[in-house]
Amino acid sequence: MFMSNPFAELSATIPAAVMQGYVILMVLLVIGGTVLDMIHKKSAQYFFENAKKAQQNAKRTVDTGEKASIALKTLANEVLTSGEFCNTQRRISHLFTMYGFIIFVATTAILIFAYPTPATPAPDILPLLWHIGALMLCFGGYWFWFFIRVDVSSEGLSWFRLERADLFIVSLLTTATFGLIWSYMQFNGMGAWTTLFFVLFIAASTTLFGSVLWSKFAHMFFKPAAAFQKRVAHADGSSENLPADFDLTDPEVQKKFPDIPQYMGKNPAYMGAGIRREGSSHY
Amino acid sequence: MPTFVYMTRCDGCGQCVDICPSDIMHIDKTLRRAYNIEPNMCWECYSCVKACPHQAIDVRGYADFAPLGHSVRVLRDEEKGTIAWRIKFRNGKKDIELLAPITTKPWGTAIPDLAGESAPSKEMRDSELLFNEPKYVRMDEGGLNTLESNGLTLKEGVYY
Repeated sequence: MFMSNPFAELSATIPAAVMQGYVILMVLLVIGGTVLDMIHKKSAQYFFENAKKAQQNAKRTVDTGEKASIALKTLANEVLTSGEFCNTQRRISHLFTMYGFIIFVATTAILIFAYPTPATPAPDILPLLWHIGALMLCFGGYWFWFFIRVDVSSEGLSWFRLERADLFIVSLLTTATFGLIWSYMQFNGMGAWTTLFFVLFIAASTTLFGSVLWSKFAHMFFKPAAAFQKRVAHADGSSENLPADFDLTDPEVQKKFPDIPQYMGKNPAYMGAGIRREGSSHY
Repeated sequence: MPTFVYMTRCDGCGQCVDICPSDIMHIDKTLRRAYNIEPNMCWECYSCVKACPHQAIDVRGYADFAPLGHSVRVLRDEEKGTIAWRIKFRNGKKDIELLAPITTKPWGTAIPDLAGESAPSKEMRDSELLFNEPKYVRMDEGGLNTLESNGLTLKEGVYY
């Protein structure tokens, strides 16, 4: 099952051109949904106005080279390793879901455009990656859904209570789950069941890519931009009007705030993890 | 004015939901980010503002210590054991930074042993002070309260 290309077998009933057209339609829906989402929420307007305000409060100028270095740091930390999550479990679950989704979507596009029929056999690695991507997505997603989702783990809501915030994760999970079941059914020649799960797979993926305006799908585009802006604001000293991150061993800081060395000594000790000592579960 | 959340900063971790003494910080049903469900019940205690690991929560401070339109932001760094405040006026001309040690005691260590205290005298009953009011709640209008004046020392391991 893991080595078989489910789309090649599908091409016997659905022409490759239709499958390719569907993928293009989904890409257009994501682009359109994201643009409409930006217009509706005025997120781009907010982002640029905020950046302008930060620039006015800047204490120093961040040049292009430094901005490029900040962009690389944002890429390495916030984008590629989900560094913004303070909850380690949530970070790991997000990494599984994110990389699973990327692998799943990329291999789907490659299989459909480059190896759509049995006449063009795909290298074994591609269907294998397609299945691994779906499994990673399911692992990270179901972990999040059942155990980490903050309104369930923190607010005591039942895990099967659905609301609009769940549209993205539910459509993501059903796409991967129905995709895997469809592949299994198809590999074992289970006729009508294969058709049923294929229909469910398409319904889930159409919901996923067609509901960008209403779901939180667009977070994958605006979150990196927000993380970059946060780092730039920190570098130029505007820091969103936050206090400076004082180094308590700096004699200048000790002179400015004489209370600190008086009570904490010249080289203050590590004072403990505080709120991070335990999970947020005192509701 | 009550708390509000910068949605682009919030990651929906739930620390504010956990700490809010009025139970009014919740996770919204559309984007799974934190929000204040009942702004008129917020007493601006700043607990959530300090607890937020991303500084995603802000409050417009009272007009009695800075003119409206100002910004009051706080960074509570438990590892350093300090709390830093920055008050900035709307026109940017006044920009004050304050830094102080965190003096919060470890959870569960500040429960008064009332059973061990002797009963209040007639004089204490007639006083406006609360029963067994700690000495560091200064009612004599003396100097500023400091750790030193109250005989307190900082210990490693600050908790909330």
